[in-house]
Amino acid sequence: MTFFDLARRNVSRHWLRSVLAVIGIAIGVVAIATLGIMGNSIGLMFNDMVSDVGDTIIVSPATRSGTTELTERQVNDITRAVGSNRAIPFATTFDTVTVGEAKSGAMIYAIPARDIPFLLEMEAGAYPKDTGSGCVIGKKLAENSKDTGLKLGARATIGNETLRVVGVLEERGMGFDINPDYAIIVPYSWYSRHYDKDKYDQVIVKVRDVNDLDAVKEAIEQKMNRREDVVNVMDTRGILKEVFAAAESITVFLMGIGAVSLIVAGVSILNVMLMSVTERIKEIGVLRSIGTRRSEVMRMFIYEALILGVVGAVIGGVLSFGTGYAITAVFAGNPDYLFNPTSLLYIVFGMAFGVATSAASGLYPAWKAANLNPIQALRHE
Amino acid sequence: MPVISFDAVTKVYPLPAGDVVALAGIDLAIEEGEFVLVMGPSGSGKSTLLNIMGSLDVPTTGEVTIAGRRIGGLGDDELTLMRRDHIGFIFQQFNLIPLLSVVENVEYPLILKGRRDTSRARAEEVLAAVGIPGSHFSHKPGELSGGQQQRVAIARALANDPDFLLCDEPTGNLDSKTGTAIMDLLDRMNREEGKTVVMVTHDPRMTEYADRTIRMVDGRLA
Repeated sequence: MTFFDLARRNVSRHWLRSVLAVIGIAIGVVAIATLGIMGNSIGLMFNDMVSDVGDTIIVSPATRSGTTELTERQVNDITRAVGSNRAIPFATTFDTVTVGEAKSGAMIYAIPARDIPFLLEMEAGAYPKDTGSGCVIGKKLAENSKDTGLKLGARATIGNETLRVVGVLEERGMGFDINPDYAIIVPYSWYSRHYDKDKYDQVIVKVRDVNDLDAVKEAIEQKMNRREDVVNVMDTRGILKEVFAAAESITVFLMGIGAVSLIVAGVSILNVMLMSVTERIKEIGVLRSIGTRRSEVMRMFIYEALILGVVGAVIGGVLSFGTGYAITAVFAGNPDYLFNPTSLLYIVFGMAFGVATSAASGLYPAWKAANLNPIQALRHE
Repeated sequence: MPVISFDAVTKVYPLPAGDVVALAGIDLAIEEGEFVLVMGPSGSGKSTLLNIMGSLDVPTTGEVTIAGRRIGGLGDDELTLMRRDHIGFIFQQFNLIPLLSVVENVEYPLILKGRRDTSRARAEEVLAAVGIPGSHFSHKPGELSGGQQQRVAIARALANDPDFLLCDEPTGNLDSKTGTAIMDLLDRMNREEGKTVVMVTHDPRMTEYADRTIRMVDGRLA
């Protein structure tokens, strides 16, 4: 028999209220862990979507410059500034595409034909050429356009000109530069002639060595923004950092909501423990009178709170696996996110927070019990 | 040397309405092996005297020596250890721990003292000595009669082989026949084992067991 035994027996003596306190802690742990996993999955989802563009710098017209386009001369300056790294200018528009009788709207990216292979991978067919009238389409657009017949080899009419679909791109996912999965990619030469335009929306710079990213950015800034801000220079690493910071803020906010429920559970443990002390005042007086020290009485009550907390946290931890699996499967569409160490850490964190809340809730009742006057406690009826 | 010695002991409780003098200059010595009764009307200071003898309280002025140690300047932990190692308490309402079995109740003070290895054997030995059959050892206190519970309480008080037993109306909750049996047990412990017994009681029949009776009135020895 130890003080732990005494604590355990007292917890089981009032099993119903102990069970209710344990349920409270378990719910709190599930809330904190599940909401944490939810927020973390959002971050992981973004990471999966944009992880392949970490070596990219995006140059766009500065918002204060009053223009939304880059001239041929500015693009040439950028190309010179980035040295041996590849600068890929592009323009975008939205237009109606007609295949046979079917009409639909589509995003159109215009990229110099020589640059397309440096930016996009082909799944089927060939890259379009400046000289021909070919275009390529994104994988998702091809999949979604079975009814309209927009597929490899099809003839698509934009305005009064007809383009042949010479290739289908590999799926690329969402990016910070371009999102070609649902788009049509045409050679810039065709776009320039067709729409009578000679300007670009942005320049994508593919940096060969990621370690040179800052140096290349600096070179562009030096070249373009010496006198005034003509262009904005952003690297995807920086954008990613901002996205992850936002995802982290969401996670913290969600976990804050979970923490509220755990604090409510902590208050219920505080209540259970205070009831336990009040009911056992005489017993505490007897224990003290026959030689139990204050520290030993305190230990006994803290053990009680810890038993409730640990049992609640373990049950909550197990349940968090289930709810975490459901959340990642339903909201993120990928239950594997649950098994990512950063997600599992939220279960551990939830459990630790549950135990800590219980221990903290037990401190005051334990202190109160330990500091009862033994004479008055013995007289208590 | 006396087991308990009081020298000009006073105990004053400061209250908003004015100080209450519970003990007003007590000189007292209880020798080893004595059976002493403390009697007196309610409010005469018996309980305060017993509390100070039991190291549950300390005097306002004067010297109290228990088992050779002055308790005046002791802290809470030292007073607790004094109770654990030198004093056996027996209460009117038995005050056994309901969560523990009979044998565990008796083991408890031994475990507090760190005698975990021998606690079970010692507890069974003392329980047998006070007349509790082995079949009752695993019972919970609530499953025993009042007399049996008080025997278990006496066993618990004896477990650590204290210097003296402090009994607060130990027969007050028992019928006369069971009360007599308990008094006979305490008498036996006193005569055969040489245990010093100090007992607070209102029952004048108990004087036949005592070597000496101390009567208290208004915080003084009469």
